[in-house]
Amino acid sequence: MLIFTCPCCGERADETELSPGGEAHIERQSVESSDEAFEGYLFIRENPRGVHFERWRHAYGCGKWFNAARCTVTLEVFGTYPAQTMRPPQDLLDHISQRRPGWTWRDLA
Amino acid sequence: MSELTVTRLTDRGMISLRGDLSDDALRSACTGLSGGDFPEAGHAIVSGDKGLLWMSPDEVLILLPQEEVGQALETLGSALAGSHHLAVDVSDARALFRLEGSGLRDTLQKLTPADLSPATFGPGRIRRTRLAQVAAALWMPGEGQVDLVCFRSVADYVQRLLEVAAEGGPVGFHPA
Amino acid sequence: MSTRLATGGRLIDRKRPVEFTFNGRRMRGFAGDTLASALLGAGQSLVGRSFKYHRPRGIVASGAEEPNALVNLGKGPRFEPNQRATTQELYAGLSATSQNHWPSLDFDVGAINAALSRFLPAGFYYKMFMHPRSFWKHVYEPFIRQSAGLGKAPKDADPDTYEHFYAHVDLLVVGGGIAGLQAALQAGRAGKRVLLVEQTAHWGGRAVTDGARIDGTSADEWVKSAVQALEHMENVTLRTRCMGAGVYDHGYVTAYERLTDHLSETEGPRHRLWRIRTEHTVVATGALERPLSFAGNDIPGVMLASAVRDYITDWAVSPGDRTVVVTNNDDAYRTALAIHEAGLQVAAIVDARPAPEGALVTRARELGLPVLTGKGIAKVKGGKQVEGVAICAQAGEGSVLQEIPCDCVAMSGGWSPVVHLWSHTGGKLIWDAERAFFRPDPDRPPLGADGGAAVTCIGAANGHLRTGEILSDAQAALERLSGEAGAVPAAEDPDEGAMLPVWMMPQGAKLELRRKMWLDYQNDVKVTDVQLAAQEGYESVEHTKRYTTLGMATDQGKLSNINGLATLAQALGEDIPQVGTTTFRPPYTPISMGSIAGEARGELFQPIRKTPIHDWHEAQGAYWEPVGHWRRPYCFPRQGESHEEAVAREVKNTRQGLGLLDASTLGKIIVKGPDAGRFMDMLYTNMMSTLKPGRCRYGLMCSENGFLSDDGVVARIDEETWLCHTTTGGADRIHAHMEEFLQTEWWDWKVYTANVTEQWAQIGVVGPKSRAVLEKLGGMDLSADTFKFMDWQDGTLGGFPVRVFRISFSGELSFEVATPAGQGRALWDALLEAGAEFGVMPYGTEALHIMRAEKGFIMIGDETDGTVIPQDLGLDWAISKKKDDYIGKRAQDRSHMTDPGRWKLVGLETTDGSVIPDGSYAVAEGTNANGQRNTQGRVTSTYHSPTLDRGIAMGLVLHGPDRMGEVIEFNKVDGTTVAAKIVSPVFFDPDGEKQNV
Repeated sequence: MLIFTCPCCGERADETELSPGGEAHIERQSVESSDEAFEGYLFIRENPRGVHFERWRHAYGCGKWFNAARCTVTLEVFGTYPAQTMRPPQDLLDHISQRRPGWTWRDLA
Repeated sequence: MSELTVTRLTDRGMISLRGDLSDDALRSACTGLSGGDFPEAGHAIVSGDKGLLWMSPDEVLILLPQEEVGQALETLGSALAGSHHLAVDVSDARALFRLEGSGLRDTLQKLTPADLSPATFGPGRIRRTRLAQVAAALWMPGEGQVDLVCFRSVADYVQRLLEVAAEGGPVGFHPA
Repeated sequence: MSTRLATGGRLIDRKRPVEFTFNGRRMRGFAGDTLASALLGAGQSLVGRSFKYHRPRGIVASGAEEPNALVNLGKGPRFEPNQRATTQELYAGLSATSQNHWPSLDFDVGAINAALSRFLPAGFYYKMFMHPRSFWKHVYEPFIRQSAGLGKAPKDADPDTYEHFYAHVDLLVVGGGIAGLQAALQAGRAGKRVLLVEQTAHWGGRAVTDGARIDGTSADEWVKSAVQALEHMENVTLRTRCMGAGVYDHGYVTAYERLTDHLSETEGPRHRLWRIRTEHTVVATGALERPLSFAGNDIPGVMLASAVRDYITDWAVSPGDRTVVVTNNDDAYRTALAIHEAGLQVAAIVDARPAPEGALVTRARELGLPVLTGKGIAKVKGGKQVEGVAICAQAGEGSVLQEIPCDCVAMSGGWSPVVHLWSHTGGKLIWDAERAFFRPDPDRPPLGADGGAAVTCIGAANGHLRTGEILSDAQAALERLSGEAGAVPAAEDPDEGAMLPVWMMPQGAKLELRRKMWLDYQNDVKVTDVQLAAQEGYESVEHTKRYTTLGMATDQGKLSNINGLATLAQALGEDIPQVGTTTFRPPYTPISMGSIAGEARGELFQPIRKTPIHDWHEAQGAYWEPVGHWRRPYCFPRQGESHEEAVAREVKNTRQGLGLLDASTLGKIIVKGPDAGRFMDMLYTNMMSTLKPGRCRYGLMCSENGFLSDDGVVARIDEETWLCHTTTGGADRIHAHMEEFLQTEWWDWKVYTANVTEQWAQIGVVGPKSRAVLEKLGGMDLSADTFKFMDWQDGTLGGFPVRVFRISFSGELSFEVATPAGQGRALWDALLEAGAEFGVMPYGTEALHIMRAEKGFIMIGDETDGTVIPQDLGLDWAISKKKDDYIGKRAQDRSHMTDPGRWKLVGLETTDGSVIPDGSYAVAEGTNANGQRNTQGRVTSTYHSPTLDRGIAMGLVLHGPDRMGEVIEFNKVDGTTVAAKIVSPVFFDPDGEKQNV
């Protein structure tokens, strides 16, 4: 049973107060996109053993979406940050590098 | 049995206001209505039947007597004219309960995964969480009192939940 | 034969005798007894039959690890099977019965299985019941059903109550022995928020029973003062009768508190499930003694050595007059000494070690107790009770050297740390060869949210079995965790010699002996079963477990696991750590279903959402239809009326006069802001930004996959504000969908939303007389000229503040009237009163569905199922061609979505007027690759239309709109088909004349 600190309201939220939202930082593809790009947007997802970035909504709390960086093996939470960004904050990336040297995720490392 | 009473308050007005909470005009419009200060994140500033509850980074819930809601919406409308905001009357959409007596924290702690210890939940704080299977917001107007709002449609469910939790008796975990 | 001793018993109160019954016989124990100690005290050593062979079984242990003494407790609705007599405290009037026998405990027909045990080896069920197949139904299944299951399931609803409790602490300590107490003291003094739980009713654990000395005083005194000190700490919470049940991720731990199981008269919840969030968990769960594998080790009277001294010391119960102690370690000598001190006879101490020498061994010899070294038990003699043992050389094959009469055997195969909680979330173990047990590997702990160790084992649970080591280990661990130093209590321990691992007794036992050596008492798994599994090629301990069922009973192999895997390792010729352990899973011991449910039962099983008019519906005897968590009236049957008749009446009355619908459950979401128009155009397939204030428009919403997900009427409130109506089930989902896009995709757009569904009661006033009734209430101009179809306006009606929408989902002249929810019921009453002269009747969801189907309106969830796009439903008119984008637009361009072969919506009229069965498919020529009939369409909605007095349906049919007038066949449940003509889906008033008045 996971617990996350919601970066939007600051509360420590139990997994049962949250709704999962799948992988983070997926860029919307629209009318002008190729079939391949659109397939990627709808269906192609990372399935990492290790560092992962994902979306959660504080559904029973402030109602806000946030992103979390988490290890899928140990469930270590590296950090949470608001959803309004295209890229995880640098200090979080640095922290992950410290905890998991050599990690990669999509084009992040 | 805990010495605890559950009362549904039906005369309270509630306005949900979404906007830029750092905006001075918004803050002063709110405090003008509540007669108190503007709350920080996670806080509730209430006095009598008026108050401001911090609900999210862009939402406050304004508490006031129900008969003042119409006028208050007009006041907000003119104070915030031209700035992006949304103010709606939600007095009828929510049910408001008041819990009084001993064992409040222990009783509620049977229903919510939120930490209700005095260090994280006391007068001045608000916590939005779940009570068993429904959403609720809890705050303490003062020691020995907890007010909470939930959706109107589940008011009977919440009332029964609170009664059953109180009937279960004290746990002896939190200070009375 | 077991009996109560005349003196002693630190836990019982002889002044308070307690009466109870076992299998209907009245018996007497004392306050402080467990059911097990009371049964033994009353001379009842046979307590049950084993699961598979129905062997007579007695009490083996004294705590949670007990495999045999499972009983039925209670009567009537409080009947509960499989309760452990060793953990059930005695109370006046307790009623217990034994399990797994027929007709009686003493004479059991099922014991024939034991005689057949040579033919019921491991994997028997898999091998035996495979062939011939035809035997399954009439021979094998009835046999298995008869013999399957442990105990009987209760038949009535449980009258007790249960609750959950969420607790947040810095440190959870599981286990209230001396290690746990020392840990709690240290953490408490360091100011941590501490919760200490102990599964039994008593603090102190083994140290008190074994008379350890701490800080120059007895363990008893030390424990008392420690508990007293802890009780004075405000930051420490103590709980007895509270078992640490399971450790989960991120510091979530469950504990199972039994509040009233020890009481005759109960009040309040029976069990409380603690749902704990802790920064760190300290596991001080002690160790469990292991049985020895010798022939006949399951005969009543064979017990763990530690249990024998527990019964003597704690409850003044003698398990037997003459006891043989059999051991491979020094600790069992404590039992011999306790037996001797109680004035009972130690017939012999049979020590498998060739030359034991420790302080306890010396003491036993000094007292003149006979010590046989290098010896083992060849077999136990007796049937329902131990009568004696045959002694052999441990090194040999079991040739009997002598026989010793006795009525109790106290066995000790060494101790195993209780590592269950450590292992639940992946803590790893290391094999300690010297002491022959698995203990926690401190370098591979279970991890918490911060990536650090989440659990620390201390004391015996960490492999330290001696008082001094236990206390210093606890202290050291807590100093690491709390960052504060403290003093270690001093302890006096006698010197102990090394133990000798013994996995089989004697070492080279013959087959006939091995066949009687039990590993798992509860599931009747023997040494030969595990050896057979190895012989048949099972190498993985996890596979062997499942094949033999070793450790799969309700005790989860607390006594059998290590012996079982050691046996497997030997059979495979491997080392024990290579074979490894099976997975430990929560809960540590079974917990009640009631505690898991907590308050969520009966009326609180699920929240029921109620509209402001709910109570009126209920008073009218509405037949309810659950819609999400809402309850909506399906229809309002009158006396003597079937539901079908009620629905028909409601439809006709609405079409001919006046109907009222409680539409309060419809979703209502406000969308406001400078970018709201742009956002609305993305949300809906239609153009919503061009809607004029004061007007309404029907709209469709799709997912990014292009599939239709919701529909409803949108009203433009003002320049910046729209009000979106959603389906009843869609309100929360669509609001979340809007917020998701606003927060995670278009976060720079200035739009706010608010879900105001429950702010409003909404009443559909429907039928030719609808305008008349509203005009009678008065207050607004609702005339056809000024208030047109798809207009809305605010105003008052009969004094109620209202917002009126002139929209129709029935094809009739119709108004939806919204008023603040608090006034909804009063408005409903006013409409009923005013409508009386127009023959007003409420109608339910089924009438609503039929009327919309008569008009060919789609229903989300009927015409859609998550694979249907608006184009399939002929809704192209609601898809804007002018917009660059909307959610779902790109997906609808995919080749499969533009395939002309997609099934499209049509109306269907059966040629004989009957109703096509729900879920029916249109059959086509030929069969598919699986030999199934080909299909060319399916029904999505099908009703009997009271208006047309015939069956009508809508369905998706291949090239349907191009096949008007064609007759196709739909399958029926009975295998025949029904013919239906493809028609327009609008069955009634196609020109809309009824609503345009």
